[in-house]
Amino acid sequence: MKDLVIADKTFKSRLFTGTGKFSSSQLMEEALLASGSELVTVALKRVDVKNQSDDILTHLNHNQFNLLPNTSGVRTAKEAVFAAELARQALETNWLKLEIHPDPKYLLPDPIETLKATEELAKKGFIVLPYIHADPVLCKRLEDAGTAAVMPLGSPIGSNKGLKTSDFIEIIIEQSNVPVIVDAGIGAPSHAAMAMEMGADAVLVNTAIAVSQDPVAMGVAFKKAVEAGRMAYEAKLGATANEAVASSPLTSFLDV
Amino acid sequence: MYKQLSNHTFSNVLGSPDWESIKASIYEKTARDVERAINKTERNLEDFKALISPAAAPFLEDMARQSHLLTQKRFGKTIQMYIPMYLSNECQNICTYCGFSLDVPIKRKTLSDQEILEEVKVIKSYGYDHILLVTGEANKTVGVEYFLNAIKLIKPYFSHIAIEVQPLDQEEYEQLIAAGVNTVLVYQETYHDANYKKHHPKGKKSNFTYRLETHDRLGLAGIHKMGLGVLIGLEDWRTDSFMCASHLAYLEKKYWQSKYSISFPRLRPCSGGVELKSVMSDRELVQLICAYRLWNGEVELSLSTRESERFRDNVIKLGITSMSADSKTDPGGYANPNVNLEQFEIDDKRSTAHILEVIRNQGYEPVFKDWDGVLQ
Repeated sequence: MKDLVIADKTFKSRLFTGTGKFSSSQLMEEALLASGSELVTVALKRVDVKNQSDDILTHLNHNQFNLLPNTSGVRTAKEAVFAAELARQALETNWLKLEIHPDPKYLLPDPIETLKATEELAKKGFIVLPYIHADPVLCKRLEDAGTAAVMPLGSPIGSNKGLKTSDFIEIIIEQSNVPVIVDAGIGAPSHAAMAMEMGADAVLVNTAIAVSQDPVAMGVAFKKAVEAGRMAYEAKLGATANEAVASSPLTSFLDV
Repeated sequence: MYKQLSNHTFSNVLGSPDWESIKASIYEKTARDVERAINKTERNLEDFKALISPAAAPFLEDMARQSHLLTQKRFGKTIQMYIPMYLSNECQNICTYCGFSLDVPIKRKTLSDQEILEEVKVIKSYGYDHILLVTGEANKTVGVEYFLNAIKLIKPYFSHIAIEVQPLDQEEYEQLIAAGVNTVLVYQETYHDANYKKHHPKGKKSNFTYRLETHDRLGLAGIHKMGLGVLIGLEDWRTDSFMCASHLAYLEKKYWQSKYSISFPRLRPCSGGVELKSVMSDRELVQLICAYRLWNGEVELSLSTRESERFRDNVIKLGITSMSADSKTDPGGYANPNVNLEQFEIDDKRSTAHILEVIRNQGYEPVFKDWDGVLQ
């Protein structure tokens, strides 16, 4: 399988993970290690950056993990930029998952504020990975603004509903010049495999692993699904057709 | 930014509801209505009525199972921790059920800067990062100026500041938000206009409509999170809870950038000698918690130390998302306790460390920090 390159980093694993909703930090650590994930996102609001022994950060202190701070909780571009600066300083990374969801009910991203913030953060030297609707035009606008990747949603965060936006994600994958990471809504390994077969560069999974009965086993299940989906994509899936192919082709007379 | 201006408030939307017919429509729900509500995936307010109705009682285990799963899906295996800090027990209102009521002969106290900082020191030693500031209503001595000063003192120590104080004007809320208030809790006590007046005969609080429009003022001020609730016992709890859910539905649609939480303060039959119109059993409180969750997957549900140890331990899994512990209801109660100053006697008196152990034993992670001072 080909490695994934985003900005200055190369990833063997195409499974990105979240750190929320686990029943303990210990279990989070075990599940994420088992998943093989190399990029884990952490909400700035959940970590105590003043505290050297923050519970979440302590459990993520492994060479396997690169930290991807996220701006969950901000409602505007201005707040996002402020939070990003704080995250860069505190966690010593210029990577940022940009999340601006002013709607706390469905946590749907604000495209206008997200574009504004991406422009500004890219100029300030951040590696920006914005969480967005599966909107192909917005993706092109974000490319122009200097985004490092795009993270379209499969369905609302935490909904486990899978790839409800698959038609639009296909267009995004077809048109994109930056990596496409399907984020949010992936509720089962089969959803992740489907996204990878479609040609997504990576997926981000949190709830489905954290809330399962056995997060460690589920982490492994997602690892395998993402690998299988990627291998299938690289091996080129056979085309599907609704009708059987005729054994006596209609145009064979032209070959004589 | 997206501030929406309008003269329409929940009070206008509500008009003069026919309380008795709403009540009857809840009590008329049948087992079939309940089954239909349980089997749906998206539920409306009519379904909520069915789920809080007497007809739902035999379905409690089904409701609890679904509530458990829906809550985990949204909130994960976590319980958010907060602690109240009483700043003052001065009050100009008469509320028939309250220990701070003007006519209750207790000593009155409002914390000084020094006393506030002493409280902070003890609270921080327990590990809390989300704080709830509580007062009575004494606008002259404990008004916006007092709050602004208290918030300035407290803000460096906490990631999230909530207040439960008298209802204020929109401009006052804007000032407090700018100073660092993230959440405001205001309970309507009861949505029954006439009964409300009976229980609040004197003081600014006797204005039913001003209180009812508080959440509109908060929404217009751009608050991050607001809390609602009724004081269970003043009226028929089912009808009052339905009114509260309707209020929430209205607010969620209108002030779509705010988060919401619901609390369930239950009056005890003995408190203040007031005669309760309805006494809610533990079983009924569980029914109400589950009904809220089945109807609304996103609303935060909060439980205080008013409830017993056994009850609190067992509802962790049933839909509750935030809890307090180790609470004192007298101003100065953490550093200089004085039971003669308290609003009510809490039931669950276990230490924070003890509660954390209980939460962890249930397979949940107690979360102390889920906000940051840099966020509004």
